[in-house]
Amino acid sequence: MNLLTDPVGITHYLIVGAILFVTGAVCMATKRNALGVLMGIELVLNGANVNFVAFGSEYLRPGVLGIGLDGQLIALFVIILAAAEAAVALAIVLNFYNNHSTVDVDRADELKG
Amino acid sequence: MDPVTTLPVLLGIAWLVPLASFTLILLFGPRMGKHGQGAGMLATAAIGTSAVLSLIALFFVWVPAYDWAPEHHAAHAEHGAAEHHDAGHGEAGHDDAHDKDAHGADEHQAEEHKTEEHKTADEHHDWRKPYVAGEWYTLGQFGKLRIGISYYIDSLTVTMFAMITFIATMIHFYANGYMHDELHEITDHEVTLSNGHHLHRPGRFHRFFQYLSLFCFSMLGIVIAGNIAMVFVFWELVGICSYFLIGFYIERKSASNAANKAFIVNRVGDFGMIIGLMILIATLGTFSFGDIDTDGDGTAEPGIFSLVRTEANNYALVVPDGMVRAAAASEIAAGVEPSAEQIAAWRAETGPGGIGRTAYWLLIVAGLGIFCGCVGKSAQFPLHVWLPDAMEGPTPVSALVHSATMVAAGVYLVGRFYPVFTPETLLVIAVIGCITLFIAATIAIVAVDIKRVLAYSTVSQLGYMMLALGVGGWSAGMFHLITHAFFKSLLFMCSGSVIHAVHTNDMTKMGGLRHKMPFTAYTMLAGCLAIMGAGIPFMIGLSGYYSKDAILAQALSFKASNPQWGFLFYVAAAGAAITAFYMFRLWFMTFAGKPRDHHAYDHAHESPKIMYYPLIVLAVLAVVVAWPFWPVSIVALLEQARPEGFHETVNGVLVSNLTHPAEHISHEPNFHIQATWVATFVGLSGLGLAIVFYGLSLLNPAEVARQFKPVYTFLWNKWYFDELYDYIFVRPVLFVANRVAEFDKVVIDGIIDSLAMLTRMVARLDDLSDRYLVDGFVNGLAAWTYATGSKLRSAETGRIRQYVMFIVVGTVAMFVLISLYIS
Repeated sequence: MNLLTDPVGITHYLIVGAILFVTGAVCMATKRNALGVLMGIELVLNGANVNFVAFGSEYLRPGVLGIGLDGQLIALFVIILAAAEAAVALAIVLNFYNNHSTVDVDRADELKG
Repeated sequence: MDPVTTLPVLLGIAWLVPLASFTLILLFGPRMGKHGQGAGMLATAAIGTSAVLSLIALFFVWVPAYDWAPEHHAAHAEHGAAEHHDAGHGEAGHDDAHDKDAHGADEHQAEEHKTEEHKTADEHHDWRKPYVAGEWYTLGQFGKLRIGISYYIDSLTVTMFAMITFIATMIHFYANGYMHDELHEITDHEVTLSNGHHLHRPGRFHRFFQYLSLFCFSMLGIVIAGNIAMVFVFWELVGICSYFLIGFYIERKSASNAANKAFIVNRVGDFGMIIGLMILIATLGTFSFGDIDTDGDGTAEPGIFSLVRTEANNYALVVPDGMVRAAAASEIAAGVEPSAEQIAAWRAETGPGGIGRTAYWLLIVAGLGIFCGCVGKSAQFPLHVWLPDAMEGPTPVSALVHSATMVAAGVYLVGRFYPVFTPETLLVIAVIGCITLFIAATIAIVAVDIKRVLAYSTVSQLGYMMLALGVGGWSAGMFHLITHAFFKSLLFMCSGSVIHAVHTNDMTKMGGLRHKMPFTAYTMLAGCLAIMGAGIPFMIGLSGYYSKDAILAQALSFKASNPQWGFLFYVAAAGAAITAFYMFRLWFMTFAGKPRDHHAYDHAHESPKIMYYPLIVLAVLAVVVAWPFWPVSIVALLEQARPEGFHETVNGVLVSNLTHPAEHISHEPNFHIQATWVATFVGLSGLGLAIVFYGLSLLNPAEVARQFKPVYTFLWNKWYFDELYDYIFVRPVLFVANRVAEFDKVVIDGIIDSLAMLTRMVARLDDLSDRYLVDGFVNGLAAWTYATGSKLRSAETGRIRQYVMFIVVGTVAMFVLISLYIS
């Protein structure tokens, strides 16, 4: 099976989703900037969203009893949650910046045991 | 006025008013007027009301109904046969009740005026003692045993009521003056506290009158009581009141001891009384004196008196069926009622070991049991020791205890219970009375405490009363009780007046006081003459003259019938001489001669009016109360209450040659005249001796005392009764008590202590296991948890990127694992 020659199917979506997820995870693991980490989170969430949408599409997996419209709905919920999470996370970051004059997450280790 | 309905109401109110006063003072005493002064007035008003009611009952209800108005008397005969027993004597073949009644009253009236003094025994038969009996309230009925608030009113009850309330009123007036000190703060000089100061306490004026009211209530309760159980209740109430009052100065050791002594000695007597009560209730099934219709069926249930002396037996003492049945208990099969013939046959077995004799003994023991209570209360020979010590109370209390209440209760009960006493019981009473009168009289000769002389004289006079009752002189004994109440209360109040003036009881510090306090001196002289029995033979005399003559005449008559018991008369006569001697010794030492202690003499003064007015009233009464020529004479009143069956001579059953001559025989000239001369002679000889020793000082009493030193010491130490009882009773009791206390301390405390030690050891072990086992487990768990937590700490670095790496690696690892397992 050659991905490059085959018509676009579910596999391609999964590969895009996986690339997005890995990129997001690497971004979260490597960025010291809190905003960068947030961006990484967004990537991870959207990677998952691509998978949901792909699994929910009848066109991509004809004849297979998938999750149907539920995939799209969950993707919508994830987007809403991501928005809410971003708002809260940005508020935390703003507050952190007020207190520490920086957004370096490595500096936020005051509660360490 | 109808006596059957009026008397219970009048006397009932007279009885309850002091109780009301007691209750009010108990609740509001200290707030009554200034320092509680109102309490005295309230109590006096209460007892005064009682006195007025009692006198109304005597003069306007009893006397018209039963003495001077035969038609009234007859009219009441049909008023409820159940309660009213003045109906005629029920001999078969006699006329109807009205005639007999009228006859009885007529005859009595005749007797009243002494025109027909020597009636034959047959004439007495036709007259039946009037009395009113009934029940106010039933407390409870338990099977046969019925206990209620009932009354038994005969002329004795009415006379006693009048006497008690009147004398108590006088004493209340007097006490208002005497107890004046108690209105303020008191410093008791006889009590020294541990810090060397004298006791300082608030006055207790109201409390004194509170007890006085309760005392009067209790005494009146005894007199009006219609059953022996009620008598017992009030008997004990009188006991507790005397305890309170004798111990009024409770802070003084001597007073609290005297109060304890009075109470405990009385308990000894009451023990016998309870035995008597139990015999009566077990065999007769009733406590009631008179016949009362309790179940409302129209016929009266017979009381004790009717059971013991039935009409059918002509009121002779016959052992009642109940006692025969009790004595024959082993012969009677269960559930079988023995027939009347069978009981009669048993009763006739009076030989040694016979059932009749056992039953008779039951009657004797019941009588002696009741008398035992009277011995305690009236301070007779073995139990007389408490009365002289009772002098520790304030003098008005002594006056009350020694005249109208307490000691009178014992004599009264003997008189009330007279029908139940067998001749043998009466003999015991006579002998006890005789011993008492002699012992007490001899001790009084040497006593120097003015109140103690009077106390011993009371004991001696009570002995006289018991002697009179014991030799068959029922009315003589009761007569002396009443006359004695008047002059003894007078004497005590006079002595109180003296003590109030000189602040000492010791007669050796007095003398010549008649110049300072004439009222007290001459009223006391009247009292002394009355107790001595002074009078012009066969003409007129003071109250004691009549009652003592009656006693001596009866003793003489008894001696004539029973020569072997003649010493009773001689002792009584000797006692009369001694009485005259010590009374005038007291008077001369106190009021005549030269002052022995000038300090006391200079401070002496006549008492306030409220104190000596009662003295004057009582002195007049002590002179005139017994005169036979009053319209209502005491002798006639008492004669009316004479118990059925004592109008005739009675013979003993167990003791041979024992005869109790009927009292009217003692009025025969051969006894009466002789007795009067003897009484006059011994009285004068006693008076003469007193004048020789103390009036004119012809002989020095101290020298005589030295001459007869052993006798003097013996008498001075009161026949060593206190020491004897100390050795016989007090010390053994203390010894046993000490041993018991030691046992308590050593053995019982030891057991308890070792038990406590054991408990402590077990507790310690428990503590150890708790600390090391249970706590160790819990602590170990906690320590392990802590250590684990500490180790896990290092994983928490606080670096987000690291955490993300963990998450990613973990997730990837999970996926790898799952894919490996699934594939």
